[in-house]
Amino acid sequence: MIRLTINGREVEAPRGSTLLQACQLNGIEIPTLCYDPDLRLAGSCRMCIVECKNRPLFLASCVAPAEEGMVIETHSDQIMQARRVILELLAARHDFSCQTCDKNGDCTFQDYCYEYGIKESSFEDGGRRIYTVDDPNPFLERDYNKCIMCTRCVRACEEITVARAINVENRGHHSKIAVAFDGYLEDSPCVFCGQCVMVCPTGALTSKVSAGQGRAFEVDRVLTTCTYCGTGCTLELNVKDDRVVGVSSNREEEWSPVNKGALCVKGRFGWDFINSPDRLTTPLIKENGEFREASWDEALDLVAQRLQEVKDQHGPDSLAMFTSARVTNEENYLAQKFTRAVLGTNNVDHCARL
Amino acid sequence: MTNSIGELEKDSRCIFVIGSNPTDNHPVIGMKIKKNVLYNGAKLIVADARYTDLASIADVYLPHLPGSDVALLNAMMNVIIAEGLADQAFIEENTEGYEEMAKVVSSYTPEYAETITGVPADDIRKAARLYAQSGPAAICYAMGLTQHSTGTDNVKSVCNLAMLTGNLGRPGTGVDPLRGQNNVQGACDMGGLPNVYTGYQAVTNEAARAKFEEAWQVKLPDQNGLTLTETINKAHHGDIKALFVLGENPMMSDPDLHHVEAALKHLDFLVVEDIFLTETAQLADVVLPGACFAEKDGTFSNTERRVQRVRKAASAPGQARPDWEILCDLATRMGYPMSYASSEEIFKEITSLTPSYAGMTYARLEGKGLQWPCPTIEHPGTPYLHKDGKFSRGKGAFSAIEYKPPFELPDEEYPIVLTTGRSLFHYHTGTMTRRCQALDEHVPEAKLEVHPELADKLSIIEGERVRLSTRRGSIEITAHVTERIVPNVVFMPFHFTEAAANWLTQSDLLDPVAKIPEYKVSAARIEKL
Repeated sequence: MIRLTINGREVEAPRGSTLLQACQLNGIEIPTLCYDPDLRLAGSCRMCIVECKNRPLFLASCVAPAEEGMVIETHSDQIMQARRVILELLAARHDFSCQTCDKNGDCTFQDYCYEYGIKESSFEDGGRRIYTVDDPNPFLERDYNKCIMCTRCVRACEEITVARAINVENRGHHSKIAVAFDGYLEDSPCVFCGQCVMVCPTGALTSKVSAGQGRAFEVDRVLTTCTYCGTGCTLELNVKDDRVVGVSSNREEEWSPVNKGALCVKGRFGWDFINSPDRLTTPLIKENGEFREASWDEALDLVAQRLQEVKDQHGPDSLAMFTSARVTNEENYLAQKFTRAVLGTNNVDHCARL
Repeated sequence: MTNSIGELEKDSRCIFVIGSNPTDNHPVIGMKIKKNVLYNGAKLIVADARYTDLASIADVYLPHLPGSDVALLNAMMNVIIAEGLADQAFIEENTEGYEEMAKVVSSYTPEYAETITGVPADDIRKAARLYAQSGPAAICYAMGLTQHSTGTDNVKSVCNLAMLTGNLGRPGTGVDPLRGQNNVQGACDMGGLPNVYTGYQAVTNEAARAKFEEAWQVKLPDQNGLTLTETINKAHHGDIKALFVLGENPMMSDPDLHHVEAALKHLDFLVVEDIFLTETAQLADVVLPGACFAEKDGTFSNTERRVQRVRKAASAPGQARPDWEILCDLATRMGYPMSYASSEEIFKEITSLTPSYAGMTYARLEGKGLQWPCPTIEHPGTPYLHKDGKFSRGKGAFSAIEYKPPFELPDEEYPIVLTTGRSLFHYHTGTMTRRCQALDEHVPEAKLEVHPELADKLSIIEGERVRLSTRRGSIEITAHVTERIVPNVVFMPFHFTEAAANWLTQSDLLDPVAKIPEYKVSAARIEKL
């Protein structure tokens, strides 16, 4: 452990910590935009700067190593003023259309602008660059008018998904996130996992499937397990007015042990079957080759009666049950119990072998 | 999986992927493998007739012909034994049957295997050395290995390979089937199989049966039941008269749909419980509306044996209800009162009867879940099985396995091999993903992958509609010309009802043990329209 002073308080941190980690360990909150604990460090946005006694320059705490005896100020007047300038610089390329943005209320950049009182940028000389928003893919919206160039999307694509579809194009004021030759995502190695949406601290990257259906402060997030393949990824169903309107990630390993919030295209964008108008909503009984709606009582009485008749006439082994790799353990348990204890046969199987 | 998903990201120093396309079918596992290989220096061997995303970053790529797995694996073991790379200490201490196995593989020289697999002998040697020398090494496989008339032999062969090199019972090693459905592991664990109750307790074992008879207060049948594929055949013959299908869609997923359709129509009574009016439900006498995963509580067990919570987020539409409530009502109506207050109450009954789940409770499953076996309430769960080479049966058993060709080899009339599988953007029979707007917009139709050489020979161009036929029937499909498949093999996904692959697959010859159909090899013919 090493000892240092942060905001007048003596604290300890493990050797090898960054200043940001030392602050976080000691309950001191530092604003960050480009920093992501799961990604390699960029140290580019400078929001996390702190003042260190006897150092002429502010230190970007996310990349600066904590050293024995350092004396750090994290929220001095000078630091606060510098962060305001940094936010204004970033805001110079940000389209503040918060009223209609899906990230409204769940936007780190908006939070900091609010906290530091940034309403506009004095660096917008000659106006913002305007980017067209026209990627035709059906999954994710790319609005680079809101991008602050933190590059978390680039690093997530490279380090979590390992698709390496996007990178920074051009330099300086002209820099922009792009696929090769600034084309469309579908012509790139993009696999539409949406890890970039997960890490984006602004509204530059959002889900087209969820667009307009509910903002963060309107939805409840219910942690559950994905319904597709056998990997068992954890995801959060976003629910507004008793309706699933999207999927988000819980990135805590404690709650997302398999995937730490990472998902695939089906997990993140393949949820709207839940609300499909094709969903079955009532029992159906076939009469003269046509289905008609029926009550639960009528349908279950008919099923019970017919199964019983077959069992009585032909014996229990003339009955069979296909249970399901899709339904819960509890339901599979009851399905085989029903087959064995009620139908009286071991003819129960499911698609494990298909 | 004997081991855990997380180990593939960091602990494994070599990963051998055979008959599995994780970046499409288990994408998050695929991401972890790529990360380990590209940033962490792990070695990668990929054996597949398709040049998959992982094949493109592999140290060795083995494009073996569909159905030639045993020959390939035996040849790898031949090299390992011949070059003294086997883990003799592990073999002596923990296994039996080595001599018989070694005798069989001794005739599978890489040169001989090359004639069966189409893989250059030197590449087989390279793969064998890499797997044996770069441990800890894991083997990942999926349905590309199992959906064969020799599926059981194929799986036994990868087990042989792992035991031969001592790649079991440590982090980063393992024989890891990547299971294809959210709860296929759970459905097996829960006794959704014709020969076992929960936790693989055999129905033919008197003590196990007595235990369940006592718990359920009913006399239970003592003979193994029928597998799914056998049930369809028996329905066809008229021996099965009534079938209850809960959340399955055999009219898309089972082999030879003509046969399935005839079988289901031959039933006296078919009831289907599902969330959509599937191809199977359309044939039913009664259809019951179920709640989907977002509308109920419960648990799923994933491919690494991790039991995790499923939580209700919204109400089911209309009168749809959770399957467990429907089953309780039905049982009660048939004179066997079944009633539970919640899914948690059912889970308590499961854990009381299932030793490998005995230490689990909903409270303990909060957060990270638990990996079975978890026999007691203090047990932390089991990230990897067979620790220190201790197998559940005692000694690990080598199997001496000879290569057998697939049931249906190409001939003059049907000169091409058709193999089937899934794509990244759709899921299984398409019931859900075809109703997801973005997924279906992005990939709206099935495409037949055809190698340029074959396309040239048949004068087929990219995007052309063609007729694809087997002895079972034919479909029309759009051709996609790609070098990512070996020349005489074509691939198509089975998600699309408009061009359902399983009109073409065969159900005549199943794997004799697992009764799995040979989806991965059908002799086929392509014609221009």
